[in-house]
Amino acid sequence: MNDMLVGKPLKRKEDQRLLTGKGRYVDDIRRPGETYAVFVRSPIAHGIIKSIDKEAALAAPGVLGVFTGKDIQRDEWGSIPCGWVVTDRQGEPHKAVPHYALTPDRARYVGDHLAVVVAETYEQARDGAELVEIEFEELEPVVTLAMAMEGEQIHDLAPQNLCYDWELGSRAEIDAIFETAHHVTSLDLVNNRLVPNAMEPRAAIAEYDSGLDSYTLWSTSQNPHMLRWMLSGSVTGIPETKIRVIAPDVGGGFGMKIYCYPEETTCLWLSKVIDRPVRWTGDRSESFLADTHARDHLTTVDLAMDKDGTFLGMKIDTTANMGAYLSNYATSIPTYFYATLFAGCYKTPVIYSNVRAVFTNTSPVDAYRGAGRPEAAYLIERVVDVAAREMGMDPIDIRRRNFIKPEDFPYQTPVILTYDIGDYDASLDEALRMIDYDGFPARREEAKARGKLRGIGLACYIEACGVAPSQLIGKMGAGAGLWESGQIRFNATGTAFVLTGTHGHGQGHETTFGQIVADMFGIPIEDVELIHGDTSQVPMGMGTYGSRSLAVGGSAIVRAGEKVIEKGRKIAAHMLEASVIDIEFEQGLFSVTGTNKSVTIKEVAERAYVPLDYPEGLEPGLDETAFYDPGNFTYPAGTHICEVEIDPRTGVLEIVDWVAVDDFGTVINPMIVEGQIHGGLAQGIGQAIMENGVYDPESGQLITGSFMDYCMPRADDLPSFRVGYTCTPCTHNPLGAKGAGEAGCIAAPPTLINAIVNALDIRHIDMPATGEKLWRIARDKIAAQ
Amino acid sequence: MYSFEYHNPASQKEAEELLASTDNPSLLAGGQTLLPALKHRLAEPSDLIDLKGIDGLSGIREENGAIVIGAATTHCEVSESELVAKRIPALAKLAGGIGDQQVRHRGTIGGSVANNDPAADYPAGCVGLGATIRTNRREMGADNFFVDLFETALGEDEMILAVSFPIPDQAAYIKFPNPASRYALVGVMLSKTGGDVRVAITGAGSSGVFRDSHIETALSKDFSVDAIDGSGVDEAEISADIHASAEYRKHLIGEMARRAVEAASGS
Repeated sequence: MNDMLVGKPLKRKEDQRLLTGKGRYVDDIRRPGETYAVFVRSPIAHGIIKSIDKEAALAAPGVLGVFTGKDIQRDEWGSIPCGWVVTDRQGEPHKAVPHYALTPDRARYVGDHLAVVVAETYEQARDGAELVEIEFEELEPVVTLAMAMEGEQIHDLAPQNLCYDWELGSRAEIDAIFETAHHVTSLDLVNNRLVPNAMEPRAAIAEYDSGLDSYTLWSTSQNPHMLRWMLSGSVTGIPETKIRVIAPDVGGGFGMKIYCYPEETTCLWLSKVIDRPVRWTGDRSESFLADTHARDHLTTVDLAMDKDGTFLGMKIDTTANMGAYLSNYATSIPTYFYATLFAGCYKTPVIYSNVRAVFTNTSPVDAYRGAGRPEAAYLIERVVDVAAREMGMDPIDIRRRNFIKPEDFPYQTPVILTYDIGDYDASLDEALRMIDYDGFPARREEAKARGKLRGIGLACYIEACGVAPSQLIGKMGAGAGLWESGQIRFNATGTAFVLTGTHGHGQGHETTFGQIVADMFGIPIEDVELIHGDTSQVPMGMGTYGSRSLAVGGSAIVRAGEKVIEKGRKIAAHMLEASVIDIEFEQGLFSVTGTNKSVTIKEVAERAYVPLDYPEGLEPGLDETAFYDPGNFTYPAGTHICEVEIDPRTGVLEIVDWVAVDDFGTVINPMIVEGQIHGGLAQGIGQAIMENGVYDPESGQLITGSFMDYCMPRADDLPSFRVGYTCTPCTHNPLGAKGAGEAGCIAAPPTLINAIVNALDIRHIDMPATGEKLWRIARDKIAAQ
Repeated sequence: MYSFEYHNPASQKEAEELLASTDNPSLLAGGQTLLPALKHRLAEPSDLIDLKGIDGLSGIREENGAIVIGAATTHCEVSESELVAKRIPALAKLAGGIGDQQVRHRGTIGGSVANNDPAADYPAGCVGLGATIRTNRREMGADNFFVDLFETALGEDEMILAVSFPIPDQAAYIKFPNPASRYALVGVMLSKTGGDVRVAITGAGSSGVFRDSHIETALSKDFSVDAIDGSGVDEAEISADIHASAEYRKHLIGEMARRAVEAASGS
């Protein structure tokens, strides 16, 4: 019998490969006769394309072709779709503006795809790209969110550059509450634009097989089946049977690699036109310019309270940036993945939100780690902190007073979602204990003696993971279901392939899913091999994002395993000459109840493939597939507390302590989960104090187009995180798991900003809270004293 | 990158001949600035003249009360040199804080000085320590060598052979790093030799490295932290960008100078 692996911090199976340079990424894959594509990108933010002169480029050495949007349009390839329809306040669908792989008419952001050059070598393709001459009629760029609705119209379909004006809740109801409230706390917030910056830039190779009339696309995708679906169903009309998408090892995605992008779409088209494999590997500069960006909201939030600090109602007004085009799920992020979280951990009875999504001449914006939920948690946990300040209440007390309590679950929020389970006091208690909250005043005094301003801040966040119940998201406008498939295929010798429609790109799926299946069947984890990322191997899938892989994908694997066991019992009953109802299965052993007669899963698997003496009428083989559609989202929640010290003479901030107490339900591999928390915290801390995607407001040029100017957090910017857990297992999936991938970056921004405002004794500071901002505040405070 | 001819001369003479005979040559030392520029197609030299094969360009020695560092000496070698640590510890510290491990193992003092990046550390090191730049043509004081952003007094066929640093009584280099690039947002090299005080600032000048005479005068009279009442430079001459306003940089000059005095006094 094996030791149980679930719950153990196993080292990651994939790390031997990934850490020794044996990973196989898209750019490692070489195809015979391959060619190189380089994109001609727009140097301006906004302009009508008057002419594109290909001649000099075509004459350049090694150039095989130069193509524009008009060339692709001649093949009647359509627009890259936005798969989520948001219905506006008037009942109209959002403005579904076209997004062609190569823009045929107009450049809409710096980095927009105007033409592509294919050549024998990469350098030749770059040389060629420099020779393509494009004339523009330049238009005034629309850069800032604040000015978007007054600026030059970017798409014919979208007057005032408005994609939608959406609301959730009743304005009349909220207005009535605000009229009689004892106190209203109002806060204006910026949720700063982020550039995801995965370690591996996006890349693609497309190969056309004229014999089979079919395509293979290697892509750095988090979501290969969905990519195939979109390319087939929306863009090209090529049958899905004729497109194979392979997402091999992928070096980080963070949501940015969910989508169908212009580059891979163009490569697919080129592979047939050139009739040779076409490769494109983006460089870091291209990543900055043309990967989807994230967040970018302007928000006003108002919180109404009674005299005790009980929340009566909350009102949110947000302008959200879509960028120049709609990325695949862009519309859903500032609506259904944002406003549905506004209850937070609290029993706020009435919530009204109004979100205007606007187009600007900037890179498209879509989901990025957390995707709407960091924005929601930030505004809730900031306004609650400010409310405590204004009401003269302790920030802990105001939260506890309004928490949804354990006996309230399942809890129907006023914003669609129903929370299944949680215990917010438990996480808060544990976090307070770990940080020694009561000892803070002494630590503050000690820091003061050293000339430092010390502050403490906390956030009690909740998120919705495990996207998602198909019927529920269908009502919200989703164009696809969000089930997942799992397949367990035993081999004759008792080892097993596990196939999943999720995709690992850093999450450790090979290990986590291996632990689950090894435990389920009592076989060594080495005997479990995960297959993912290939549409021709995995039955179907919806990919990895929204912390769904374990909760949804893992549950599908468990369901497939249950089918394997069910069939195995029939085979075992035959082998043991017992009846099926008397067969028990535990730890890899099928045994007859009340006897010591048993057969192993290995013996059963062998019999399934060598069915010489076999139950009558039973199919041979031991290979089962299950599709799992979750009954609800999962709701990870927790409390993070951090302490900071600010040097008032320079504004330099040091995070001196960080406690993260999260409730992820069942934890399969605590080491992997802790890694997820650390990574998420790094990203959230990056947003709070360092990262900022900045376009020049006049020219629309991306100012933060490299790591010289875009401030990525580094290891030495971060403290040693202290991680704790509470656990209320998810009530509706077989694993009890909730998902852990995004918690860190959701909890971190409000936690850190709350600590900073505490240190400086101010009401608010916008992200990123950079050294100069902190210095100015500290200087002005000292001057005022 | 664009195509270029690569040369690997074995002697200074051969390198000089190539410098004179090629169209648009570029000297290649550690390549830590040049190679990224080439890869980004921001530079298009016809010929790259690699200096690595030339004997005698690298090495650190003491010579008439000065530390002389060969142009091809890497930052790592300077930072780990016992001689530098003993004679001018501030210079060892400066070299050890340039870029990262990889950069320090490739990048050279000659390359850094010739490039004159306005946020690089060595220009402040040279000016703040009153160094002399030795080339194949002449010797130049650092005050006259650094002309403007990425511009030096070097002629077209001129190459740096060594940099000579007089040994000060006291010195310190304090860098306030740009949180994104980790280049100096403000870097202050301060030295005191007899009654002579030098305070050189990198990262902040809109025309590159400069001396802050206001602070120098104050410290000449009273070499103490309290003598510094801030930078005397006009804000108009201080650079401003998304990372820091001129006002913040100017403030940091004073603050870093104070820390430099503290560090120099402690050594």
